[in-house]
Amino acid sequence: MTRWRLIPAMRGKLAKWLLPALTLAVLIAIWQLAASTGALADLLGLEPFLVPSPAEIASALWENRSLLAEDAWVTMREIFFGFLIGLAAGLGFGFLLRPFEWVRLSVYPLIVGSQAVPILVFAPILVVWFGYGIWPKLAIVALICFFPIAVATADGLRSVDPEAQKMMRTLDASRAQMLWRLEAPTALPFTFSGAKIAATIAPIAAVFGEWAGADAGLGVLIREDSARLATDRLFAASFLLAALAVALYSLLALAERRIVTWR
Amino acid sequence: MVSARAISHAYGELEAIDRLDLELPAHGVLALVGPSGCGKSTLLELLAGLQQPSAGEIEVDGAGAPAERLARCALMPQRDLLLPWLSALDNAALALRNRGARRGAAREEAGRLFEQFGLAGFERARPAELSGGMRQRVAFLRTLVAGKPLLALDEPFASLDAITRAEMQGWLARALSADPRTVVLVSHDIEEALYLADRVVVLSGRPARVVEELGAPAPRAPDRDAAVTDPAFVAARERAMAALHRGSQ
Repeated sequence: MTRWRLIPAMRGKLAKWLLPALTLAVLIAIWQLAASTGALADLLGLEPFLVPSPAEIASALWENRSLLAEDAWVTMREIFFGFLIGLAAGLGFGFLLRPFEWVRLSVYPLIVGSQAVPILVFAPILVVWFGYGIWPKLAIVALICFFPIAVATADGLRSVDPEAQKMMRTLDASRAQMLWRLEAPTALPFTFSGAKIAATIAPIAAVFGEWAGADAGLGVLIREDSARLATDRLFAASFLLAALAVALYSLLALAERRIVTWR
Repeated sequence: MVSARAISHAYGELEAIDRLDLELPAHGVLALVGPSGCGKSTLLELLAGLQQPSAGEIEVDGAGAPAERLARCALMPQRDLLLPWLSALDNAALALRNRGARRGAAREEAGRLFEQFGLAGFERARPAELSGGMRQRVAFLRTLVAGKPLLALDEPFASLDAITRAEMQGWLARALSADPRTVVLVSHDIEEALYLADRVVVLSGRPARVVEELGAPAPRAPDRDAAVTDPAFVAARERAMAALHRGSQ
Protein backbone atom coordinates (compact mmCIF):
# COMPACT_ATOMS: atom_id res chain seq x y z
CA MET A 1 0.00 0.00 0.00
CA THR A 2 2.74 2.45 1.05
CA ARG A 3 4.56 1.82 -2.19
CA TRP A 4 1.50 2.81 -4.20
CA ARG A 5 0.82 5.87 -2.12
CA LEU A 6 4.33 7.18 -2.80
CA ILE A 7 3.75 7.24 -6.50
CA PRO A 8 1.49 10.33 -6.83
CA ALA A 9 3.93 12.35 -4.73
CA MET A 10 6.85 11.27 -6.88
CA ARG A 11 4.99 11.58 -10.14
CA GLY A 12 5.54 15.36 -10.44
CA LYS A 13 9.31 15.26 -10.23
CA LEU A 14 9.50 11.97 -12.08
CA ALA A 15 7.53 13.34 -15.00
CA LYS A 16 9.42 16.61 -15.10
CA TRP A 17 13.05 15.54 -14.90
CA LEU A 18 13.61 11.83 -14.68
CA LEU A 19 11.48 10.71 -17.63
CA PRO A 20 12.91 13.14 -20.23
CA ALA A 21 16.45 12.42 -18.98
CA LEU A 22 15.83 8.69 -19.19
CA THR A 23 14.34 8.99 -22.70
CA LEU A 24 17.35 11.03 -23.83
CA ALA A 25 19.80 8.55 -22.27
CA VAL A 26 18.10 5.61 -23.97
CA LEU A 27 18.08 7.39 -27.35
CA ILE A 28 21.76 8.33 -27.03
CA ALA A 29 22.61 4.74 -26.04
CA ILE A 30 20.77 3.35 -29.09
CA TRP A 31 22.42 5.94 -31.33
CA GLN A 32 25.85 5.14 -29.88
CA LEU A 33 25.36 1.45 -30.41
CA ALA A 34 23.97 1.87 -33.93
CA ALA A 35 26.71 4.30 -35.01
CA SER A 36 29.74 2.58 -33.44
CA THR A 37 28.83 -0.82 -34.87
CA GLY A 38 28.28 0.74 -38.32
CA ALA A 39 24.66 -0.45 -38.34
CA LEU A 40 23.30 3.10 -38.76
CA ALA A 41 25.61 3.86 -41.72
CA ASP A 42 24.65 0.56 -43.33
CA LEU A 43 20.98 1.31 -42.78
CA LEU A 44 21.32 4.75 -44.41
CA GLY A 45 23.70 3.45 -47.09
CA LEU A 46 26.39 5.97 -46.06
CA GLU A 47 30.09 5.92 -45.26
CA PRO A 48 30.55 5.42 -41.48
CA PHE A 49 32.43 8.77 -41.07
CA LEU A 50 29.29 10.61 -42.21
CA VAL A 51 27.31 9.18 -39.27
CA PRO A 52 29.20 10.13 -36.09
CA SER A 53 28.40 8.49 -32.78
CA PRO A 54 27.54 10.57 -29.67
CA ALA A 55 31.00 9.72 -28.27
CA GLU A 56 32.66 11.10 -31.42
CA ILE A 57 30.55 14.25 -31.24
CA ALA A 58 31.47 14.69 -27.58
CA SER A 59 35.13 14.29 -28.40
CA ALA A 60 34.82 16.84 -31.29
CA LEU A 61 33.14 19.18 -28.81
CA TRP A 62 36.08 18.82 -26.42
CA GLU A 63 38.88 18.97 -28.99
CA ASN A 64 37.46 22.07 -30.70
CA ARG A 65 36.34 23.72 -27.46
CA SER A 66 38.10 27.04 -27.93
CA LEU A 67 36.97 27.45 -31.55
CA LEU A 68 33.42 26.38 -30.70
CA ALA A 69 33.33 28.68 -27.68
CA GLU A 70 34.46 31.64 -29.81
CA ASP A 71 31.82 30.96 -32.47
CA ALA A 72 29.11 30.20 -29.90
CA TRP A 73 29.88 33.55 -28.22
CA VAL A 74 29.38 35.38 -31.54
CA THR A 75 26.09 33.57 -32.27
CA MET A 76 24.87 33.95 -28.70
CA ARG A 77 25.23 37.71 -28.88
CA GLU A 78 23.34 37.78 -32.18
CA ILE A 79 20.56 35.66 -30.70
CA PHE A 80 20.36 37.56 -27.42
CA PHE A 81 20.43 41.12 -28.72
CA GLY A 82 18.33 40.26 -31.79
CA PHE A 83 15.77 38.69 -29.48
CA LEU A 84 15.76 41.80 -27.26
CA ILE A 85 15.16 44.06 -30.26
CA GLY A 86 12.39 41.74 -31.47
CA LEU A 87 10.89 41.72 -27.98
CA ALA A 88 10.93 45.51 -27.74
CA ALA A 89 9.41 45.88 -31.22
CA GLY A 90 6.79 43.18 -30.54
CA LEU A 91 5.79 44.76 -27.23
CA GLY A 92 5.77 48.19 -28.84
CA PHE A 93 3.53 46.95 -31.61
CA GLY A 94 1.15 45.30 -29.18
CA PHE A 95 0.95 48.09 -26.62
CA LEU A 96 1.49 51.36 -28.45
CA LEU A 97 -0.97 50.46 -31.17
CA ARG A 98 -3.57 49.29 -28.67
CA PRO A 99 -5.34 52.66 -28.42
CA PHE A 100 -5.32 53.06 -32.22
CA GLU A 101 -7.32 50.12 -33.54
CA TRP A 102 -7.34 51.43 -37.14
CA VAL A 103 -3.53 51.63 -37.24
CA ARG A 104 -3.28 48.07 -35.95
CA LEU A 105 -5.79 46.88 -38.53
CA SER A 106 -3.91 48.63 -41.34
CA VAL A 107 -0.45 47.26 -40.46
CA TYR A 108 -1.50 43.76 -39.43
CA PRO A 109 -1.74 42.30 -42.98
CA LEU A 110 1.66 43.85 -43.82
CA ILE A 111 3.25 42.22 -40.82
CA VAL A 112 1.68 38.84 -41.54
CA GLY A 113 2.87 39.21 -45.15
CA SER A 114 6.40 40.07 -44.02
CA GLN A 115 6.63 36.65 -42.36
CA ALA A 116 5.96 34.96 -45.67
CA VAL A 117 9.10 36.54 -47.23
CA PRO A 118 11.71 33.74 -47.21
CA ILE A 119 14.37 34.94 -44.81
CA LEU A 120 17.05 33.08 -46.79
CA VAL A 121 16.32 35.36 -49.77
CA PHE A 122 16.01 38.45 -47.64
CA ALA A 123 19.17 37.93 -45.57
CA PRO A 124 21.69 38.83 -48.34
CA ILE A 125 19.81 42.10 -48.95
CA LEU A 126 20.14 42.97 -45.26
CA VAL A 127 23.89 42.30 -45.51
CA VAL A 128 24.04 44.72 -48.46
CA TRP A 129 22.11 47.31 -46.42
CA PHE A 130 23.71 46.91 -43.00
CA GLY A 131 27.18 45.62 -43.87
CA TYR A 132 29.12 42.57 -42.84
CA GLY A 133 29.03 43.05 -39.06
CA ILE A 134 26.52 42.08 -36.37
CA TRP A 135 23.70 44.41 -37.57
CA PRO A 136 22.20 42.31 -40.40
CA LYS A 137 22.14 39.29 -38.05
CA LEU A 138 20.42 41.33 -35.35
CA ALA A 139 17.91 42.56 -37.93
CA ILE A 140 17.09 39.00 -39.07
CA VAL A 141 16.80 37.59 -35.54
CA ALA A 142 14.68 40.58 -34.50
CA LEU A 143 12.44 40.21 -37.56
CA ILE A 144 11.84 36.53 -36.84
CA CYS A 145 11.29 37.04 -33.08
CA PHE A 146 9.08 40.09 -33.51
CA PHE A 147 6.18 38.23 -35.08
CA PRO A 148 5.17 35.69 -32.39
CA ILE A 149 5.71 38.27 -29.64
CA ALA A 150 3.67 40.97 -31.39
CA VAL A 151 0.80 38.64 -32.28
CA ALA A 152 0.67 37.06 -28.81
CA THR A 153 0.75 40.48 -27.09
CA ALA A 154 -1.95 41.89 -29.37
CA ASP A 155 -4.13 38.81 -28.74
CA GLY A 156 -3.49 39.10 -24.99
CA LEU A 157 -4.58 42.73 -24.98
CA ARG A 158 -7.72 41.86 -26.89
CA SER A 159 -8.57 39.15 -24.33
CA VAL A 160 -9.18 41.74 -21.58
CA ASP A 161 -12.58 41.22 -19.94
CA PRO A 162 -14.92 44.06 -21.02
CA GLU A 163 -16.71 43.81 -17.66
CA ALA A 164 -13.41 44.45 -15.87
CA GLN A 165 -12.89 47.49 -18.10
CA LYS A 166 -16.30 48.86 -17.09
CA MET A 167 -15.51 48.21 -13.44
CA MET A 168 -12.18 50.07 -13.82
CA ARG A 169 -13.97 53.00 -15.48
CA THR A 170 -16.32 53.38 -12.51
CA LEU A 171 -13.20 53.26 -10.30
CA ASP A 172 -11.90 56.36 -12.11
CA ALA A 173 -9.13 54.66 -14.09
CA SER A 174 -7.54 56.84 -16.79
CA ARG A 175 -6.60 55.31 -20.14
CA ALA A 176 -2.99 54.86 -18.99
CA GLN A 177 -4.08 53.31 -15.67
CA MET A 178 -6.40 50.94 -17.52
CA LEU A 179 -3.44 49.84 -19.65
CA TRP A 180 -0.98 49.53 -16.79
CA ARG A 181 -3.22 48.06 -14.08
CA LEU A 182 -5.56 45.86 -16.11
CA GLU A 183 -4.55 45.30 -19.72
CA ALA A 184 -0.79 44.83 -19.41
CA PRO A 185 -0.99 42.17 -16.66
CA THR A 186 -3.73 40.38 -18.64
CA ALA A 187 -1.53 40.32 -21.74
CA LEU A 188 1.68 39.35 -19.94
CA PRO A 189 1.21 35.53 -19.96
CA PHE A 190 0.42 35.73 -23.69
CA THR A 191 3.58 37.77 -24.30
CA PHE A 192 5.64 35.15 -22.48
CA SER A 193 4.17 32.41 -24.67
CA GLY A 194 5.10 34.39 -27.78
CA ALA A 195 8.58 35.10 -26.41
CA LYS A 196 9.18 31.41 -25.70
CA ILE A 197 8.26 30.51 -29.28
CA ALA A 198 10.58 33.30 -30.48
CA ALA A 199 13.41 31.90 -28.30
CA THR A 200 13.27 28.54 -30.05
CA ILE A 201 13.45 30.00 -33.56
CA ALA A 202 15.96 32.78 -32.85
CA PRO A 203 19.03 30.46 -33.33
CA ILE A 204 17.75 29.42 -36.77
CA ALA A 205 17.44 33.09 -37.72
CA ALA A 206 20.99 33.77 -36.48
CA VAL A 207 22.35 30.90 -38.62
CA PHE A 208 20.56 32.23 -41.72
CA GLY A 209 22.03 35.65 -40.99
CA GLU A 210 25.52 34.19 -40.74
CA TRP A 211 25.07 32.23 -43.95
CA ALA A 212 24.29 35.44 -45.81
CA GLY A 213 27.65 36.88 -44.86
CA ALA A 214 29.83 36.44 -41.79
CA ASP A 215 33.34 35.32 -40.83
CA ALA A 216 32.49 33.89 -37.40
CA GLY A 217 29.63 32.16 -35.61
CA LEU A 218 28.20 28.66 -35.30
CA GLY A 219 26.36 29.10 -38.63
CA VAL A 220 29.64 29.82 -40.42
CA LEU A 221 31.25 26.79 -38.77
CA ILE A 222 28.30 24.55 -39.68
CA ARG A 223 28.49 25.60 -43.33
CA GLU A 224 32.27 25.04 -43.48
CA ASP A 225 32.00 21.65 -41.80
CA SER A 226 29.14 20.69 -44.09
CA ALA A 227 31.32 21.44 -47.15
CA ARG A 228 34.29 19.55 -45.64
CA LEU A 229 32.05 16.66 -44.48
CA ALA A 230 33.37 17.15 -40.93
CA THR A 231 30.18 15.74 -39.51
CA ASP A 232 31.36 15.25 -35.93
CA ARG A 233 32.12 18.97 -35.46
CA LEU A 234 29.00 19.89 -37.43
CA PHE A 235 26.93 17.92 -34.96
CA ALA A 236 28.88 19.49 -32.06
CA ALA A 237 28.11 23.01 -33.36
CA SER A 238 24.44 22.08 -33.89
CA PHE A 239 24.34 20.75 -30.34
CA LEU A 240 25.61 24.10 -29.04
CA LEU A 241 23.03 25.93 -31.12
CA ALA A 242 20.27 23.82 -29.59
CA ALA A 243 21.76 24.46 -26.13
CA LEU A 244 21.55 28.22 -26.76
CA ALA A 245 17.85 27.89 -27.66
CA VAL A 246 17.19 25.78 -24.55
CA ALA A 247 19.08 28.30 -22.38
CA LEU A 248 17.09 31.27 -23.69
CA TYR A 249 13.83 29.34 -23.37
CA SER A 250 14.65 28.29 -19.79
CA LEU A 251 15.57 31.86 -18.88
CA LEU A 252 12.18 33.03 -20.12
CA ALA A 253 10.33 30.20 -18.38
CA LEU A 254 12.09 31.14 -15.14
CA ALA A 255 11.22 34.82 -15.56
CA GLU A 256 7.62 33.86 -16.29
CA ARG A 257 7.41 31.80 -13.11
CA ARG A 258 8.81 34.72 -11.10
CA ILE A 259 6.66 37.42 -12.67
CA VAL A 260 3.34 35.73 -13.55
CA THR A 261 2.77 34.44 -10.04
CA TRP A 262 -1.03 34.45 -10.22
CA ARG A 263 -1.34 31.58 -12.68
CA MET B 1 -30.52 61.64 -5.40
CA VAL B 2 -31.14 59.31 -8.38
CA SER B 3 -33.91 59.99 -10.83
CA ALA B 4 -34.68 58.48 -14.20
CA ARG B 5 -37.46 59.98 -16.27
CA ALA B 6 -39.05 58.18 -19.21
CA ILE B 7 -35.83 56.41 -20.18
CA SER B 8 -35.83 54.06 -23.15
CA HIS B 9 -32.90 52.18 -24.54
CA ALA B 10 -32.43 50.05 -27.64
CA TYR B 11 -29.56 48.10 -29.16
CA GLY B 12 -30.30 48.58 -32.83
CA GLU B 13 -33.68 46.97 -33.41
CA LEU B 14 -33.71 45.35 -29.99
CA GLU B 15 -35.61 47.36 -27.39
CA ALA B 16 -34.09 46.79 -23.93
CA ILE B 17 -35.91 49.41 -21.82
CA ASP B 18 -39.23 51.12 -22.48
CA ARG B 19 -40.16 54.49 -20.89
CA LEU B 20 -39.05 53.70 -17.39
CA ASP B 21 -39.21 56.03 -14.36
CA LEU B 22 -37.23 55.60 -11.14
CA GLU B 23 -36.75 57.76 -8.06
CA LEU B 24 -34.36 57.08 -5.21
CA PRO B 25 -33.66 59.39 -2.26
CA ALA B 26 -30.20 59.75 -0.69
CA HIS B 27 -29.21 56.80 1.52
CA GLY B 28 -32.08 54.78 0.09
CA VAL B 29 -31.69 51.27 -1.23
CA LEU B 30 -33.63 50.41 -4.36
CA ALA B 31 -33.76 46.88 -5.76
CA LEU B 32 -34.54 45.98 -9.35
CA VAL B 33 -35.89 42.50 -9.95
CA GLY B 34 -37.05 40.99 -13.20
CA PRO B 35 -36.79 37.99 -15.47
CA SER B 36 -33.37 37.02 -16.85
CA GLY B 37 -32.24 39.18 -19.76
CA CYS B 38 -34.87 41.86 -19.14
CA GLY B 39 -32.33 44.68 -19.16
CA LYS B 40 -31.59 45.05 -15.42
CA SER B 41 -27.83 45.23 -15.97
CA THR B 42 -28.30 47.64 -18.88
CA LEU B 43 -30.37 49.87 -16.60
CA LEU B 44 -27.56 49.82 -14.04
CA GLU B 45 -25.01 50.76 -16.70
CA LEU B 46 -27.25 53.61 -17.84
CA LEU B 47 -27.54 54.96 -14.29
CA ALA B 48 -23.77 54.60 -13.78
CA GLY B 49 -23.03 56.62 -16.93
CA LEU B 50 -21.38 53.71 -18.75
CA GLN B 51 -24.03 54.10 -21.46
CA GLN B 52 -26.36 56.88 -22.50
CA PRO B 53 -30.08 56.03 -22.90
CA SER B 54 -31.66 56.32 -26.36
CA ALA B 55 -34.33 58.58 -24.85
CA GLY B 56 -35.18 60.13 -21.48
CA GLU B 57 -33.16 61.78 -18.72
CA ILE B 58 -31.08 60.43 -15.85
CA GLU B 59 -29.74 62.41 -12.93
CA VAL B 60 -27.39 61.13 -10.25
CA ASP B 61 -26.60 63.51 -7.40
CA GLY B 62 -27.53 66.46 -9.59
CA ALA B 63 -25.38 65.33 -12.56
CA GLY B 64 -26.88 64.47 -15.93
CA ALA B 65 -23.96 64.00 -18.34
CA PRO B 66 -22.62 60.41 -18.59
CA ALA B 67 -19.06 61.35 -17.55
CA GLU B 68 -20.42 63.17 -14.48
CA ARG B 69 -22.65 60.23 -13.57
CA LEU B 70 -19.64 57.94 -13.95
CA ALA B 71 -17.73 60.10 -11.48
CA ARG B 72 -20.56 59.68 -8.95
CA CYS B 73 -21.15 55.96 -9.21
CA ALA B 74 -19.14 52.85 -8.33
CA LEU B 75 -20.16 49.55 -9.91
CA MET B 76 -19.89 46.16 -8.26
CA PRO B 77 -20.19 43.66 -11.10
CA GLN B 78 -21.83 40.25 -11.02
CA ARG B 79 -18.51 38.42 -10.90
CA ASP B 80 -16.12 39.84 -8.33
CA LEU B 81 -13.53 40.63 -11.05
CA LEU B 82 -10.76 40.97 -8.50
CA LEU B 83 -7.45 41.42 -10.29
CA PRO B 84 -5.57 38.16 -9.64
CA TRP B 85 -2.15 39.83 -9.70
CA LEU B 86 -3.00 42.18 -6.82
CA SER B 87 -3.39 41.37 -3.13
CA ALA B 88 -6.81 41.71 -1.48
CA LEU B 89 -5.67 45.04 -0.02
CA ASP B 90 -4.43 46.42 -3.35
CA ASN B 91 -7.67 45.33 -5.02
CA ALA B 92 -9.68 47.17 -2.37
CA ALA B 93 -7.50 50.27 -2.78
CA LEU B 94 -7.77 50.35 -6.58
CA ALA B 95 -9.97 53.46 -6.83
CA LEU B 96 -7.71 55.40 -4.45
CA ARG B 97 -4.63 54.45 -6.51
CA ASN B 98 -6.43 55.44 -9.71
CA ARG B 99 -7.13 58.83 -8.19
CA GLY B 100 -3.42 59.32 -7.55
CA ALA B 101 -3.03 58.27 -3.89
CA ARG B 102 0.39 56.85 -2.99
CA ARG B 103 0.47 53.11 -2.47
CA GLY B 104 1.12 53.36 1.28
CA ALA B 105 -1.65 55.89 1.89
CA ALA B 106 -4.14 53.97 -0.27
CA ARG B 107 -3.35 50.70 1.52
CA GLU B 108 -3.72 52.35 4.91
CA GLU B 109 -7.10 53.84 4.06
CA ALA B 110 -8.52 50.63 2.54
CA GLY B 111 -6.90 48.49 5.25
CA ARG B 112 -8.81 50.28 8.01
CA LEU B 113 -12.01 48.58 6.83
CA PHE B 114 -10.59 45.06 6.62
CA GLU B 115 -11.40 44.12 10.19
CA GLN B 116 -14.96 45.40 9.95
CA PHE B 117 -15.41 43.36 6.75
CA GLY B 118 -14.16 40.17 8.41
CA LEU B 119 -11.04 40.23 6.28
CA ALA B 120 -8.38 40.97 8.91
CA GLY B 121 -5.27 38.90 8.30
CA PHE B 122 -6.05 38.46 4.60
CA GLU B 123 -4.68 41.81 3.42
CA ARG B 124 -1.79 40.25 1.56
CA ALA B 125 -3.72 37.22 0.25
CA ARG B 126 -4.18 36.91 -3.49
CA PRO B 127 -7.81 36.54 -4.71
CA ALA B 128 -7.20 32.86 -5.56
CA GLU B 129 -6.49 32.23 -1.86
CA LEU B 130 -9.84 33.65 -0.69
CA SER B 131 -13.21 31.93 -0.39
CA GLY B 132 -16.15 33.01 -2.56
CA GLY B 133 -17.73 35.03 0.25
CA MET B 134 -14.44 36.76 1.07
CA ARG B 135 -13.88 37.64 -2.56
CA GLN B 136 -17.32 39.26 -2.73
CA ARG B 137 -16.55 41.20 0.44
CA VAL B 138 -13.29 42.48 -1.06
CA ALA B 139 -15.23 43.43 -4.22
CA PHE B 140 -17.79 45.31 -2.13
CA LEU B 141 -15.01 46.97 -0.14
CA ARG B 142 -13.39 48.08 -3.43
CA THR B 143 -16.73 49.64 -4.45
CA LEU B 144 -17.18 51.30 -1.05
CA VAL B 145 -13.62 52.66 -0.81
CA ALA B 146 -14.19 54.45 -4.13
CA GLY B 147 -16.21 56.89 -1.99
CA LYS B 148 -18.87 57.55 -4.67
CA PRO B 149 -22.32 58.83 -3.70
CA LEU B 150 -24.08 55.95 -5.54
CA LEU B 151 -23.26 52.24 -5.34
CA ALA B 152 -24.55 50.13 -8.22
CA LEU B 153 -24.57 46.45 -7.23
CA ASP B 154 -25.21 44.01 -10.09
CA GLU B 155 -26.38 40.69 -8.60
CA PRO B 156 -23.50 40.84 -6.14
CA PHE B 157 -24.11 37.43 -4.55
CA ALA B 158 -25.45 35.48 -7.54
CA SER B 159 -22.32 33.36 -7.83
CA LEU B 160 -22.38 32.19 -4.20
CA ASP B 161 -23.94 29.06 -2.71
CA ALA B 162 -27.24 29.46 -0.79
CA ILE B 163 -25.74 29.48 2.73
CA THR B 164 -22.95 31.92 1.91
CA ARG B 165 -25.44 34.09 0.05
CA ALA B 166 -27.70 34.33 3.11
CA GLU B 167 -24.69 35.16 5.28
CA MET B 168 -23.54 37.82 2.86
CA GLN B 169 -27.00 39.40 2.75
CA GLY B 170 -27.00 39.67 6.54
CA TRP B 171 -23.50 41.07 6.41
CA LEU B 172 -24.36 43.66 3.72
CA ALA B 173 -27.47 44.69 5.71
CA ARG B 174 -25.31 45.36 8.77
CA ALA B 175 -22.68 47.19 6.69
CA LEU B 176 -25.36 49.47 5.18
CA SER B 177 -27.00 50.10 8.56
CA ALA B 178 -23.63 51.12 10.03
CA ASP B 179 -22.63 53.26 7.03
CA PRO B 180 -25.78 54.21 5.03
CA ARG B 181 -25.22 54.63 1.30
CA THR B 182 -27.41 55.22 -1.71
CA VAL B 183 -27.61 51.86 -3.44
CA VAL B 184 -29.22 50.49 -6.58
CA LEU B 185 -29.22 46.72 -6.34
CA VAL B 186 -29.99 44.40 -9.24
CA SER B 187 -31.08 40.93 -8.19
CA HIS B 188 -32.94 37.96 -9.57
CA ASP B 189 -33.65 36.82 -6.01
CA ILE B 190 -36.88 38.37 -4.67
CA GLU B 191 -36.07 37.46 -1.08
CA GLU B 192 -32.67 39.15 -1.30
CA ALA B 193 -34.24 42.26 -2.87
CA LEU B 194 -37.03 42.51 -0.24
CA TYR B 195 -34.60 42.00 2.63
CA LEU B 196 -31.88 44.43 1.54
CA ALA B 197 -33.86 47.23 -0.14
CA ASP B 198 -36.32 49.85 1.09
CA ARG B 199 -38.25 49.54 -2.14
CA VAL B 200 -38.39 46.88 -4.81
CA VAL B 201 -39.17 47.60 -8.45
CA VAL B 202 -40.44 44.58 -10.38
CA LEU B 203 -39.59 44.81 -14.08
CA SER B 204 -41.26 43.06 -16.99
CA GLY B 205 -39.53 40.94 -19.64
CA ARG B 206 -37.83 42.77 -22.50
CA PRO B 207 -38.36 45.62 -23.13
CA ALA B 208 -38.22 46.34 -19.39
CA ARG B 209 -41.12 48.32 -17.94
CA VAL B 210 -42.13 48.81 -14.31
CA VAL B 211 -44.77 46.18 -13.42
CA GLU B 212 -45.05 47.03 -9.75
CA GLU B 213 -43.16 48.94 -7.10
CA LEU B 214 -43.50 47.77 -3.51
CA GLY B 215 -42.07 48.77 -0.17
CA ALA B 216 -40.11 46.25 1.89
CA PRO B 217 -41.70 45.39 5.28
CA ALA B 218 -38.48 45.35 7.34
CA PRO B 219 -35.47 46.51 5.35
CA ARG B 220 -32.13 45.15 6.63
CA ALA B 221 -33.61 43.86 9.92
CA PRO B 222 -30.86 42.65 12.28
CA ASP B 223 -32.19 39.08 12.42
CA ARG B 224 -32.36 38.05 8.78
CA ASP B 225 -33.81 34.58 9.37
CA ALA B 226 -36.65 35.97 11.48
CA ALA B 227 -37.29 38.82 9.05
CA VAL B 228 -37.69 36.63 5.97
CA THR B 229 -40.16 34.29 7.69
CA ASP B 230 -42.32 37.11 9.08
CA PRO B 231 -45.89 36.98 7.64
CA ALA B 232 -45.60 40.54 6.26
CA PHE B 233 -42.40 39.58 4.45
CA VAL B 234 -43.95 36.39 3.07
CA ALA B 235 -46.95 38.36 1.83
CA ALA B 236 -44.71 40.94 0.15
CA ARG B 237 -42.69 38.13 -1.46
CA GLU B 238 -45.86 36.55 -2.83
CA ARG B 239 -47.01 39.89 -4.19
CA ALA B 240 -43.65 40.48 -5.87
CA MET B 241 -43.70 36.95 -7.24
CA ALA B 242 -47.16 37.50 -8.72
CA ALA B 243 -45.95 40.75 -10.31
CA LEU B 244 -42.91 38.96 -11.72
CA HIS B 245 -45.17 36.34 -13.30
CA ARG B 246 -47.44 39.03 -14.75
CA GLY B 247 -44.40 40.83 -16.18
CA SER B 248 -42.94 37.68 -17.74
CA GLN B 249 -46.10 36.90 -19.72
